[in-house]
Amino acid sequence: MSYVLIIGAKSDIAKEIARTYAKNGYNLYLCARSSSDLSELKTDIEVRSAVNVQILDFDITAYDTHKSFYEQLSEKPLGVIIVSGYMTEQKIAQKNWGECLNTINVNYTGAVSILNIISNDFEKERRGFIVGISSVAGDRGRKANYIYGSAKAAFSSYLSGLRNRLFKSGVSVLTVKPGFVATKMTQKLHLPERLTAEPIDVAEDIYKAQQAGKNILYTKSIWFLIMLIIKNIPEFIFKKLSI
Amino acid sequence: MSLFSWGMYPKIQNNKTSLKSVSGLYEYIKKTKEFISFGNGRSYGDSAINEKILYCKDYNNFLEFDEVNGILRCQAGVLLSEILESFVQRGWFLKVSPGTKLITIGGAIASDVHGKNHHIEGCFSKCVSEFKIMLANGDIETVKAGSELFLATCGGMGLTGVILEACISLKKINSQFIKQTTVKTTNLKETFEAFESFKEFQYSVAWIDCLAQGANLGKCLLMLGDFDDDGDLDYKSKSKLNIPFNFPSFALNNLSVKAFNWLYYAKAANGISKQRVSIDSFFYPLDSIKNWNRIYGKNGFTQYQFILPKENSFEGLQNILTKISQSGKGSFLAVLKLYGKENKNFLSFPIEGYSLALDFKIENGLFELLDELDKIVVKYNGRIYLTKDVRVSKETFELGYPNIQKFRDFREKNNMSEKFNSLQSKRVEI
Repeated sequence: MSYVLIIGAKSDIAKEIARTYAKNGYNLYLCARSSSDLSELKTDIEVRSAVNVQILDFDITAYDTHKSFYEQLSEKPLGVIIVSGYMTEQKIAQKNWGECLNTINVNYTGAVSILNIISNDFEKERRGFIVGISSVAGDRGRKANYIYGSAKAAFSSYLSGLRNRLFKSGVSVLTVKPGFVATKMTQKLHLPERLTAEPIDVAEDIYKAQQAGKNILYTKSIWFLIMLIIKNIPEFIFKKLSI
Repeated sequence: MSLFSWGMYPKIQNNKTSLKSVSGLYEYIKKTKEFISFGNGRSYGDSAINEKILYCKDYNNFLEFDEVNGILRCQAGVLLSEILESFVQRGWFLKVSPGTKLITIGGAIASDVHGKNHHIEGCFSKCVSEFKIMLANGDIETVKAGSELFLATCGGMGLTGVILEACISLKKINSQFIKQTTVKTTNLKETFEAFESFKEFQYSVAWIDCLAQGANLGKCLLMLGDFDDDGDLDYKSKSKLNIPFNFPSFALNNLSVKAFNWLYYAKAANGISKQRVSIDSFFYPLDSIKNWNRIYGKNGFTQYQFILPKENSFEGLQNILTKISQSGKGSFLAVLKLYGKENKNFLSFPIEGYSLALDFKIENGLFELLDELDKIVVKYNGRIYLTKDVRVSKETFELGYPNIQKFRDFREKNNMSEKFNSLQSKRVEI
């Protein structure tokens, strides 16, 4: 069975995505900055699903390593899922340039770097799928979160253009926009229960949407409506709001 | 926030901390005065509820599988459903499974759950060869079957420590199908006779119409089954029907329950009939309806489950069923089963005899009725199942569990009494 490459496999969402694809028979390349962090997950998936799991070192901001990383994969993957993300508090990001730049680079620049390489290959082979985990935060910049949000907005735009380009090659591109998800990243926040998804539900939504060849996925789906409203508030009102 | 169990009663404000790692747990145990472990929230009452809750479901890695002997080692937050999704297609099934697959391994051990094959295979602890647990002082101990800590922890309601991982043995199956035989009886005497004469079936359980009165008191559908020898192993959980909100609490009343029970009973053929059914529909019929607990309305519900020694079962059940049908507070799901021998665990529920489980929505007058039923249970030397309970008195509880003092002493000796507590353990002073 084909391989799926998961970039940023250490997160709670990635863990469930990996389990979901394995459950459906896919072999996995799991990547993180330090692949030894993934050895428990590798064992877990191998016991659960009897598929092959390879864990690999990969730093999304080490752009000059990306080409050789992809070239050394013995079997090229059928699909790639970018889960890497970095979010720090807005207050920190707007004061500390290092944090700000890292937010932009992990969420956007690094993803572009690796996806440029992979999409060229998929286009040539005329097959494959690409999934990018963006965020509802990219749908409109808000004072509470606009540095992270703008990096995700750029990523969403990139995926949109990539989808447009690869359509005629039969390569599908799915943009995922999760709302609140109960993860390590959000453990300290008090999230409203009805709007908050569990990682396992996000993973299953992604699998279904990707298999069905969908373009954009909001998860939970209620976020489509919420963001529709937020996007349509006129700027002269929006600038006075605190949401 | 408010985490509650399956009965949606009681609901109190509580603080939840997720179990993610052993080192995190060590710090949590050291700094937290009192808490209780919480799995997937499928116990019915207040046995996993307290102001501080350790949420264990995220601690769910599979660790090792021995293909030859069918022994799985996994972390305590793994759900039984995850085991089925991985292993049925490879020809393995749980040796003991309760009527829902949506519980964690830790919960299965803490409640020492049982299933439709209790008369043959016993409780869940029988398929556990060892487990790891973190104690009140932060030490991790590997516990072998038969040791004192094992006897206290299996059925010990999470009151001895935090179960971290376990080795459980699975059983080989050749098919995902069950050969089911349904026996329709018309009164309690026939029901008892049917249980006795079909004892050799691996699985048996009866649905009983608890609103039936007089000559029909105790009429039931007895479902018996064994795994088929051939057939595919293509097991996938189906998509679920969901109850999206709480029903208004008047939706379940004497009339609607009577109508349901009538339809359910009438639909089965008279006498003995045979069917071939899937694992999910035989073992886990209610799991296919997500949030089915909401049909009881926002005030929640409770399940009253007791067991009586075999020699007293007939008379005791007659008394209790009469009392329930007179009260008119019936439930859809009244489940009767003949159990096998009891084990040596301090607080495991099963003893040899008949157990009845009934759901009741929480309403005025209910707890008074249940207190009345308690008196009958006590009179016939029976006991109440802690995993389902939310209201039993200390006195009734103690009379049913002769090993309780042993358990209390064990907790005291190992400094567990202060650290691990639920609302239930405080109520009945375990």
